Amino acid sequence: MNDNEKLLEIHKLYKDYGNGPILKGISLDISKGEVVVVIGPSGCGKSTLLRCMNGLEPIQSGEILLDGNAITGKKTKWSEIRQKIGMVFQSYDLFPHMTVIDNILLGPLKAQKRNRAEAEKEAEVLLDRIGLLDKKNSYPRQLSGGQKQRVAIVRALMMKPEIMLFDEVTAALDPEMVREVLDVMLELAKNGSTMVIVTHEMEFAKAVADRVVFLDRGEIVEMDSPQEFFTAPKTERAQKFLNTFTFEIEK
Amino acid sequence: MYAEAAKLTLGIGLIGILFSVVTGLFCVLVQHYRVPVLRQIAAVYKELSRNTPLLVQLFFLYFGLPKIGIIISSEACAVIGLSFLGGSYMAEAFRSGLEAIDKIQVESGLSIGLTHMQVMRYVILPQALSISIPALCANVIFLIKETSVFSAVALADLMYVAKDLIGLYYKTDEALLMLVIAYLILLLPVSIFASWLERRLRYAGFGN
Repeated sequence: MNDNEKLLEIHKLYKDYGNGPILKGISLDISKGEVVVVIGPSGCGKSTLLRCMNGLEPIQSGEILLDGNAITGKKTKWSEIRQKIGMVFQSYDLFPHMTVIDNILLGPLKAQKRNRAEAEKEAEVLLDRIGLLDKKNSYPRQLSGGQKQRVAIVRALMMKPEIMLFDEVTAALDPEMVREVLDVMLELAKNGSTMVIVTHEMEFAKAVADRVVFLDRGEIVEMDSPQEFFTAPKTERAQKFLNTFTFEIEK
Repeated sequence: MYAEAAKLTLGIGLIGILFSVVTGLFCVLVQHYRVPVLRQIAAVYKELSRNTPLLVQLFFLYFGLPKIGIIISSEACAVIGLSFLGGSYMAEAFRSGLEAIDKIQVESGLSIGLTHMQVMRYVILPQALSISIPALCANVIFLIKETSVFSAVALADLMYVAKDLIGLYYKTDEALLMLVIAYLILLLPVSIFASWLERRLRYAGFGN
């Protein structure tokens, strides 16, 4: 965690959907093994930032480098880059017409052309670790939201990505299922995975983050360690935002 | 005689349907990916095909084209005509399926490193197809029924044989009754198979 090898570098990223800028010159470096949590009010550009990082959104200007190589050029082979940048989305996005195991193996078999038996063994180990080995041959519709999201994480992990992006992965879950998904992510963090996490779960952010990035209106307003950020936010905007998560009633 | 004619009806019907499916798939993909030029051609073709009757299309092929020196057999006419008509209907059926698939499916396919082609093949098409199945099956039945106009270009299909028999023996009632029965025997299994298939493939409707 402490070696300062930069895995992903974002320089002055500018993104506009055509009706006003969404991201106004974001610069952010992510080191190997680091867990960066991005928080901010809705519509501030958090999700857009993640989507730009694996090429789902074209950017207007700026640059993103992975392992020192620019990936925002015109000639980028995104299908290869995306194998190194795993992403999990908010909606459980498993392929409904495939069983759990087929969902997980699609990437390894088709994108990486790996051997089925060997990939399947690896998938089983991962499924076992998230406690869903018995669901191997189930269809996504037979799983709960939390189970689907955990399978989606395994599906992304199977590509052995260098960095994982999590886009509000618990936002659509029932409260009692949030925990099981967050626990999987905590374990990944413990094992030294590099992750960028967009979340509204403040307690989780506190626990998992090496660094917190507070994004508002398309700009990085504050960037600090979780201890600093959550106890003594420096900017007024961050203070205001954090206050929306606490409740005080005068009786 | 009816059996012979039924074979012809079914044979040409199936070849025509096969080409219709290929044409339809081609059209819908060209439009889906917004391929320049081809996309406009597909749009014009679809309007032309859907807004003219099969009989008129057949007459054009069989009686019109020879005038400019292109002579094709009745069988070829029938296959081309049926494919020309069916292609646009199939395209519309496929389109309804494709449009029903959430964009997030494409993105999650891409996010695990698949290429656009692979996402289409392994993620989108299987789901889109199962949604399109009812419409596709309806088209198949519709197209087989449409083959009844082939008699107009001198093809000895069911309709033709029936008319022939009426002309020869004046047994109008029997001939027509046989005709109805022949079509039913042909199409009922297709219809039953279609609803079975629909039930089998319904999974794509759930799950999300």
